[in-house]
Amino acid sequence: MAVATDQQKVDLREPRSWRRAKSRIATVAMVIAFVLAIIPLGFVLYTVISKGASIISGQFLTSSIPPSVLPANVGGMGPAVLGTILITALATVMAVPIGILAAIYINEYGGNQFLTRFIRFMADVMTGVPSIIMGLFIFAIWVIHFGYSGLAGAFALGCLMLPVVIRSSEEMLKLVPAALREASYALGASKARVTLTVVLPAALSGIVSGSLLAVARAAGETAPVLFTIFTVTSANPNVFSGPNTTLAAQIFANASQPYVGAQARGWGAALTLVAIAFILMIAARLVTGRVTQSPR
Amino acid sequence: MEQPEQELTKVALPKTPRRDVAPSWTGTTVFGTKNVSIFYGSFRAVTDVSLSIYENEITAFIGPSGCGKTTVLRTLNRMNDLIPSARVEGDVEYRGEALYAPGVSATAVRRRIGMVFQKPNPFPKSIYDNVAYGPRINGERKKAALDEIVERSLRQAALWDEVKNRLKTSGLSLSGGQAQRLCIARTLAVEPDVVLMDEPCSALDPIATGRIEDLMHEIKSQYTIVIVTHNMQQAARVSDRTAFYSVLRDEKSDTRTGVLVEYDRTENMFQNPRDERTQAYVTGRMG
Repeated sequence: MAVATDQQKVDLREPRSWRRAKSRIATVAMVIAFVLAIIPLGFVLYTVISKGASIISGQFLTSSIPPSVLPANVGGMGPAVLGTILITALATVMAVPIGILAAIYINEYGGNQFLTRFIRFMADVMTGVPSIIMGLFIFAIWVIHFGYSGLAGAFALGCLMLPVVIRSSEEMLKLVPAALREASYALGASKARVTLTVVLPAALSGIVSGSLLAVARAAGETAPVLFTIFTVTSANPNVFSGPNTTLAAQIFANASQPYVGAQARGWGAALTLVAIAFILMIAARLVTGRVTQSPR
Repeated sequence: MEQPEQELTKVALPKTPRRDVAPSWTGTTVFGTKNVSIFYGSFRAVTDVSLSIYENEITAFIGPSGCGKTTVLRTLNRMNDLIPSARVEGDVEYRGEALYAPGVSATAVRRRIGMVFQKPNPFPKSIYDNVAYGPRINGERKKAALDEIVERSLRQAALWDEVKNRLKTSGLSLSGGQAQRLCIARTLAVEPDVVLMDEPCSALDPIATGRIEDLMHEIKSQYTIVIVTHNMQQAARVSDRTAFYSVLRDEKSDTRTGVLVEYDRTENMFQNPRDERTQAYVTGRMG
């Protein structure tokens, strides 16, 4: 290996200077911010798991809610698990199709008309509405006339999910390349065909994961269901009439009890809820990941 | 521009002229445009384009960037309809019918006049489903018929041998040249009358480009092809007729408007152009 002797040696190292110091400071600051952000998250998970893990069992998830005075090893959260699943599912069935259709309208059909901008604006406003207001709203227009029911709770949760589904679906539809739409149009496809056979399949994974996140959020809402399902301890498989209960509502009810057993069951319900949200998040990840892994 | 009455079906004309000799006859007119101007909002992008495009010929549009070649091409199958502000003035006739007449369905137009785009844009579906897409939206459901269309189209696009064992794999897994031939196969699958090509080779290497040029020669006996290209050698190699577009600059408002400078048989355009601007462009002194 010949070395050119007359060539001057080049120094490619970063010069020691204030610039280097700034880079260090910024890196350290970011690490600190990350740690600070992770602390509350870690504590929440730690507390919920440490207090709730001991009580969770197959029997806890299915057996009925006992009177609050009974100790922790008696009964479970069966009615609340059932209510959470039924009410959230009903809310999903109502909000997700409407939300996706609204997003398709905004992105594919609306152009820049007044109605498009109005829907988009209202969806943004609805995202910012506190969930308790949504509960009050359903209480005022539905519960007063027809009484407490799982359906009323589903209405409130659906109203909360709707704007999230609209905006996340719209973002996903926007990401579909115009070239794909053009290719379809150039083959003589009508607008409906283009939307159904090209745009929706291309955006589907994003839409599904966005919707699942909305579902996970709704499943954990407490304030809107307090006003609408009345929070009872007995199981009510009929979501369309009669008071009902959910895990979130039971956590609230049990936490305000003085009895150790009831509080322990509340922690169990909290862990169950976290687990449900976790499962939905993972499902959302899997759905997104499956498509991102396919070439390009 | 005067043309005799033509039937909508292809008339029996001498087919497959040799590639180095442009046809000396004037064939059936497929497109006739008269004083066509295209606007985006109030901006006049192209002005006063009048030309005729003939059946079973390859017509090339050349010219510098921004001269409106692509805009004119997209006017021929109403793709500009997809841009809300776009507007066409003047007459565009396709086989004697006004393309922009009220009651003409852009969808029906595009079924007869297909388009291949600059960047290969296969659907994120399997190779088979990409080619079968057009026939399916036109109502073909029978598996056997679809199989046959897919094979025929892929053979026409000279892609069959490369993909016949992996028709179920994603169209996105193909290389650039293969993907573009897949897009051509997809266009041919609906058996269009005309194939518009918007710089189909600009994203491809010379070998893939050569394949696509060969392919154009092979299919031109059955189709009429209009191709936009930045590559003058390509226009000279493949086309029977060439239209040269240029840009008019308005110094005051600094707007640029495309104009059709010259339109003639390709060998005339390259060997003895009538217009100085064409001369300057084809010899590489301008653009």
